[in-house]
Amino acid sequence: MADVKKIATRESYGNALVELGREYPDLLVLDADLAAATKTGIFKKEFPERHIDCGIAECNMMGIAAGLSLTGKVPFASSFAMFAAGRAYEQVRNTIGYPKLNVKIGATHAGISVGEDGATHQCNEDIALMRTIPNMVIINPCDDVEARAAVRAAYEHKGPVYLRFGRLAAPVINDRPDYKFELGRGVTLREGKDITIVATGLEVNFALEAAKMLADDGVDVRVINIHTIKPIDKDIIVKAAKETKKLFTVEEHSVIGGLGSAVCDVVCENAPVPVYKIGMRDRYGESGPAVELLHKYELDAEGIYKQVKGNL
Amino acid sequence: MNKAELQQKANQLRKHIVASLHAAKSGHPGGSLSAADIMTYLYYEEMNIDPKKPEKEDRDRFVLSKGHVAPALYGVLAMKGYFPEEELLKLRKTGEMLQGHPDMKGTPGVDMSAGSLGQGVSVAVGMALSAKLSGEQYRVYTLLGDGEIEEGQVWEAAMFAGHRKLDNLVVIVDNNDLQIDGSVADVCSPYPIADKFKAFNFHVVEIDGHDFDAIEAAFKEARQTKGMPTAIIAKTVKGKGVSFMENQVSWHGAAPNDEQYETAMAELEKAGEA
Repeated sequence: MADVKKIATRESYGNALVELGREYPDLLVLDADLAAATKTGIFKKEFPERHIDCGIAECNMMGIAAGLSLTGKVPFASSFAMFAAGRAYEQVRNTIGYPKLNVKIGATHAGISVGEDGATHQCNEDIALMRTIPNMVIINPCDDVEARAAVRAAYEHKGPVYLRFGRLAAPVINDRPDYKFELGRGVTLREGKDITIVATGLEVNFALEAAKMLADDGVDVRVINIHTIKPIDKDIIVKAAKETKKLFTVEEHSVIGGLGSAVCDVVCENAPVPVYKIGMRDRYGESGPAVELLHKYELDAEGIYKQVKGNL
Repeated sequence: MNKAELQQKANQLRKHIVASLHAAKSGHPGGSLSAADIMTYLYYEEMNIDPKKPEKEDRDRFVLSKGHVAPALYGVLAMKGYFPEEELLKLRKTGEMLQGHPDMKGTPGVDMSAGSLGQGVSVAVGMALSAKLSGEQYRVYTLLGDGEIEEGQVWEAAMFAGHRKLDNLVVIVDNNDLQIDGSVADVCSPYPIADKFKAFNFHVVEIDGHDFDAIEAAFKEARQTKGMPTAIIAKTVKGKGVSFMENQVSWHGAAPNDEQYETAMAELEKAGEA
């Protein structure tokens, strides 16, 4: 098999903004002194006058984005997940969510795969924070194809959207002609009847690899990709709960409040089965190469395999 | 509208403020009354608005960054005909339109929801930037409290507005000297306010916020100022117009009871006849 192409979804974000920027003159991009890292610099190069650097002031950036949206523009406010969802949480809640403004938040550098910068920059709480905001849509794409489609879907959706991207290059797994992104719809990537792994973002590919390892052990695993964490695809989860005996959720995020919690909310109300949550176990990350950290915190394929095996 | 007419309108607005807060049995009279003259001037003289078309695209925008003085905004909007004055007496009631802090989704004429201090000014800056980017002529006004400017976000917004030379933006500080915990100078002094805005590359005008001649001159000066945003620091009296509320911090966030309501309305009635 040929080498799989790898692209960080933050790169996809920058490229998608350029594509959309050519089509839609009302699209503006905001950043807070991180254009090189969030990859909005790609957009800035092509549309310098439509790229607004707000300086290191994320709270103000969210307010400016709100003001732009109220006057007919479609702003994509960009920063690291830690600052977009964390530092500016209340601005997003009160100034964007409450009036249901058409603001898109592009949050890069989510999760521990930030790597060497360490715990202060590794946001494992953003999905939990954003889920609590009424009107907010949350998308956590798994690869380049999905990420670019997600940015387009975010533009087309009228209302606030939180887009979550990663720093680490991720294998492209959706590069097929019939690929279609549907907001709010999960995707079954592998059929299986014993258990189901529900994964999101960077973890989707690891989940697929873990499923292969489990198949070698005779465990037939279904793998579901949830790119839209809110509103979540209840049908695909309930179906998996009814057809397989146990669900495992995998996310590069705290096990509190993220995908795992969202899946539990659905399962508890509709089809109670055991759910085992794989993610950051209520702790901070640390410095180190992303790949090593993913291994240490059991968020790579081997880590998922081990945790599933130990909790079947 | 001449000065006497504006004073009459402001007096009427103060009555609406007192009546709506009395009906609501909670809310913020002190800062609403201190801002009443500025709000009157903005909506009767300064802004290009059309109450029949609250959403018209080329209108001037107003963001009430100090969202707790919603009664002052609601009162003037009702007087201008954005919605019936009867609504004012349903302030803060379950299921009614007028929320404790402004909700743009449900209230005609409210350009932005607000309530959490320090955030509205950023939104106003975004609107002003938007007009500059697309070459539109509308102007943007935002009203802040002097306690509110203790919020760091205000200065993030000011830095950006000065940097971007947003001369279509006017920031008004209702400098009534009091915040919930006491005088602003005692709690965490924001002074010198004018020098701070100057340092952030604003044109600054300091006025008596109850003198319509001074208010008019300040807004005219703002219009003539090119290449930088304007900050109008309006010295005001908290609770202005109701003798027992004036300069009393206890009236920041308390509604008048029946007796206090009668006294306040009688005072305002008398002032209106003068």
